[in-house]
Amino acid sequence: MKLSVEGVQKHGALAVLALVTLVGLLAFPGFRTVDNAGTLLVNAAPLGLIALGMTFVILTGGIDLSVGSVFVLGGVVAAWASQYGFVAALVVPLLVGAAVGLVNGVLVARTNMAPFIVTLATLLGARGLMRAVSTEGSTTYLVESQPFKTLGNGDLLGVKWPVWIAAVLFVAGSVVLNRTGFGQAVYAVGGNTDAARLMGVPVAATQIRVYALSGLLAGFAGALNAARLGSGVTVLGIGTELDAIAAVVIGGTLLTGGAGALSGTIAGVLLLGVIQNLINQVGDVPTAYQQVVSGAFLAVVVVAQTSLTRLRSVAPV
Amino acid sequence: MTAATVEKPKRLTVHWGRWLPAYGVYVALAALVLVNAVITDNFLAWENLRIQLVQVAPVVIVALGMAVVIGTEGVDLSVGAVMALAAAVVPIYLGYGAVPAVAMALLGGVVVGLVNGGLIAGVGLQPIVATLALLVAGRGIALVISDGKLKEIRNADLVAFGNGELLGLPYSVWLAGALTVLVALLVRKTVFGRQLVAVGGNRPAAQLAGLPVRRVLIGVYVLSAVLASIAGVLAVARIQSSDASQVGQLYELSAITAVVVGGTPLTGGKVRVLGTVAGALLMQLVVATLIKHDLRSSIAEMVQAVIIVAAVYAARERGTR
Repeated sequence: MKLSVEGVQKHGALAVLALVTLVGLLAFPGFRTVDNAGTLLVNAAPLGLIALGMTFVILTGGIDLSVGSVFVLGGVVAAWASQYGFVAALVVPLLVGAAVGLVNGVLVARTNMAPFIVTLATLLGARGLMRAVSTEGSTTYLVESQPFKTLGNGDLLGVKWPVWIAAVLFVAGSVVLNRTGFGQAVYAVGGNTDAARLMGVPVAATQIRVYALSGLLAGFAGALNAARLGSGVTVLGIGTELDAIAAVVIGGTLLTGGAGALSGTIAGVLLLGVIQNLINQVGDVPTAYQQVVSGAFLAVVVVAQTSLTRLRSVAPV
Repeated sequence: MTAATVEKPKRLTVHWGRWLPAYGVYVALAALVLVNAVITDNFLAWENLRIQLVQVAPVVIVALGMAVVIGTEGVDLSVGAVMALAAAVVPIYLGYGAVPAVAMALLGGVVVGLVNGGLIAGVGLQPIVATLALLVAGRGIALVISDGKLKEIRNADLVAFGNGELLGLPYSVWLAGALTVLVALLVRKTVFGRQLVAVGGNRPAAQLAGLPVRRVLIGVYVLSAVLASIAGVLAVARIQSSDASQVGQLYELSAITAVVVGGTPLTGGKVRVLGTVAGALLMQLVVATLIKHDLRSSIAEMVQAVIIVAAVYAARERGTR
């Protein structure tokens, strides 16, 4: 029964994405060019990576508010580290992101503090760290490594590297979630933490891993973004965590944990990207409308989901 | 390491667990003031204290609403956006005078609060999702209304409200103080206050006991949004300009921090109004202290993060008991 609810929610997001895309294709000549599709995908890739990690966290019933800060921090340290070569530019942001995630995970799993507040604190902490390494945000490090820039801007078969990377990681994430013990543990912890503990699921270890994964992916998203922009921009990332949560929720993953899938998250990320792109196509519309539409979309989708879930499941959650 | 230290003095932990969340913030605040009186030049000078109070007033006003919302086991992420909305509405109606303009801004807050409350109490959305939608859309609407432009405020009444003084203290500080008393009375002395604590403590039980759960929840989110609107109007009046892209930015985080540091548990069922005010003051003074001693604001941010974790860690003992 839980599976059928999940199915409806998953396909709901995909259906809306298909509908909006169809409208876009019919109405806007500028939307149906190959160039535009490429731009849309490459813009969506960093948010996709962040939302990928966020899906794991939310599936365990948690939340990670720190990813926006880690995303920016990752970009800044990647650009800084690029002076020491390609490997450094890639590895340093991954380590930094994973370290923040590890702090989140240990605090959530070992001290029984609410994930909301733990990651709120690390949001501030990571932002402080980012500003500390960039002279209060005034230093913009330029990417020195040419191969690293290629990672952000080069393409394979006409598709940019960040898009390939995001696609491959989503496939890998799906395999991990559906075919491994860790994936099953993620669902079990989110479904019912106490029951999972009694069944011998390593609850704490699972929680620590999902937060570490989320931090790692946010750092990686930052690195890819820096590679693409050619610099570690310090003013980005405010509200990125909220975009990621919105994408996951629109994709049908329940914030209460235990139910959801990565295919829904992809649909959610692309939906946000398509909306943004279509609003740009209309032209003279202020970006503010984009926020209004995104917020309204989020509300509509979540209301629909909640009603669906209620219809399908008799037992109160 | 932590396990070992927590295990041993069992009785003491229980004792501290009760005491620390309730009074920890006052002790920390007193300690900070004492330390500052010794190490910081001119800290106790009236001019400095006045600046700190003026800066903390809007945070206090928003945090009061947040405390009440958190008391019902909810959270309101839309407060910063509501401030921006109020800031955007004020200049539009200022032609009719200051009072109608402020009234319209507060009315906007009521509408947002009704939408939040309706989504949460009526549809049954989680507070974090419902208010997240309003956070995203609210600032968007504010930017649309204001055309994304900064508007100067020249209305004499409004400017006086933002910058005038009574007995040496700015109106904004008096207002924050008065609202604190009102919210404290509301929580402690009224039926609504009892009900909201009951809803936060055990919602199914409150429902079974016949409490008007939906009405209480809607009321709480309306209260939070109206308080945020007041803070938005105050911000506009003080800086004498309205910029919807800046007003209230990240206030939701400051407000939640003040509430949590003040000892209100995120699990609901308890509202510490005075603790919230102390929490806001503590965070304000911490940042001010660090900056006065030439520590950069990035360091201040990291220190804030540590304080939040420490405060919640202390409050947690009570929750698990």
